[in-house]
Amino acid sequence: MNATLPATMPDALFALTLVLLVLSPLTIAGIALINTGLGRSRSASQSLLGNLAIVAVTAILFAIIGSVFAGSLPGGAGHLFHMAGKPWNWLGSGPLLMRGLDSAPAQSQLGLVFEFMAVALAALIPWGSGADRWRLVAGCSTAAVVAAFIFPLAAHWSWGGGWLAQLNANFGTGANFVDAGGAGTVHVLGGLCALAVIWITGARRGKFPKEGFSTAMPGHNAAYVLFGCMVCLVGFLAWNLAGAILWLNATPATLPRIAINTLLCGSAAIAATFAVTSIRFGKPDASLCANGFMSGLVASTACSALVSPAAALFIGVVAGIATPLLVEVLELALSIDDPSGAISVHLVAGLWGLAATGIFAPQHGQMLAQFVGIATLLGVFLPLLFFVLLLLNRFVPFRVDADGERIGMDLHELGGGAYPEFVIHRDESYR
Amino acid sequence: MKFAGLLVMPAGFLLAVAALILFADPMQQLGFVLSGVAVEALGLGVAVRGFMLASRENRQ
Repeated sequence: MNATLPATMPDALFALTLVLLVLSPLTIAGIALINTGLGRSRSASQSLLGNLAIVAVTAILFAIIGSVFAGSLPGGAGHLFHMAGKPWNWLGSGPLLMRGLDSAPAQSQLGLVFEFMAVALAALIPWGSGADRWRLVAGCSTAAVVAAFIFPLAAHWSWGGGWLAQLNANFGTGANFVDAGGAGTVHVLGGLCALAVIWITGARRGKFPKEGFSTAMPGHNAAYVLFGCMVCLVGFLAWNLAGAILWLNATPATLPRIAINTLLCGSAAIAATFAVTSIRFGKPDASLCANGFMSGLVASTACSALVSPAAALFIGVVAGIATPLLVEVLELALSIDDPSGAISVHLVAGLWGLAATGIFAPQHGQMLAQFVGIATLLGVFLPLLFFVLLLLNRFVPFRVDADGERIGMDLHELGGGAYPEFVIHRDESYR
Repeated sequence: MKFAGLLVMPAGFLLAVAALILFADPMQQLGFVLSGVAVEALGLGVAVRGFMLASRENRQ
């Protein structure tokens, strides 16, 4: 049962939320463009098809299995165990195959729609990180596992009346874990999944040569990436507004501030990244600026409903400064090959957004609740994702063979390229 | 080394949960929860280093 959903909702607010939810897949479209643009031209078709396939797989698996464990619709009381005299609601128990959807409260129906969008986005994030070497079947299998078992756990804990959503009632923390826009449940979870995928698949061939520095493998289409960011802005605005209405009972009077905070976070972040890359390289870097903008938007998903515009600006600036520096550290110091920058953009910015909500939100006890949520996301979901995906890799090998990587994922997996009339340049990274 | 780091991380989560059960004072709870996050960061650091060394050995 969704304890956090409002008991009643006026018709106008219901209609507004539904419209916002229908606009929220623009985030998915934007991230699909970014994933594709940051990959290589010989894998563009496979990348975009993969994005579509992952959305489809997650929708089907979440409808059949995931929605039961997420407890999205009113059904059973959820699976509880008692420890130290406190109830721990750790798993939902919704109706199988969404039975009774039409007769469920309108708010529960909207919450379910939100979760459908959220699970697609969470599963899409690692797809860009595995670009140019992650097989389509393996990507879809990972999305299926995430949609059926892993995302529902996180969604139930923070949105479906699970133990993180009841911290105050059970432990007197003063506030519950707040994640209205999915910074933790979507972005941190997706970022952790991306990290696990990178560790399992390994780096692209030639990325880290035996001697010398790592090879630069820039994205093939900066226009896709930057246009994807603009599309994402609309999607994130819709996402944050819908999330605030659904999970925080936001009133219409607070919605303009949430929209402004979202915009400010993204704007401050791209301005900061623009400045950092200009100082660092002499000229602003287009793909890093795009990553900076996205990290500001990701941070806003946690905090936009709870902080002041001044705090939103500060949160965006920090995200924008950290992102380009982190991209460099991950690649050059830690040998992590993340073509789409999902770890810096989604994982780290999501964690920063959750922590900043605890620091800047006026609610007493919010910081404690947010850090309990962060500890849960890191301590439970990274090991869980890694070992589950390692097992999956035994049955569905993640990495394409060397020949497939050489000719490109488009030719190898689909039999045709995205740009057949263009000459594809030889890759200098194969030495 | 890489698996050991990942296996340390749930210990940090258990510290955070223990804080909620053992302490009533919010400041003590927060201190213990932050210690849990620090343990997770250490585990993550060990895992990252383990994967980094493995990646360097496999460079082509």
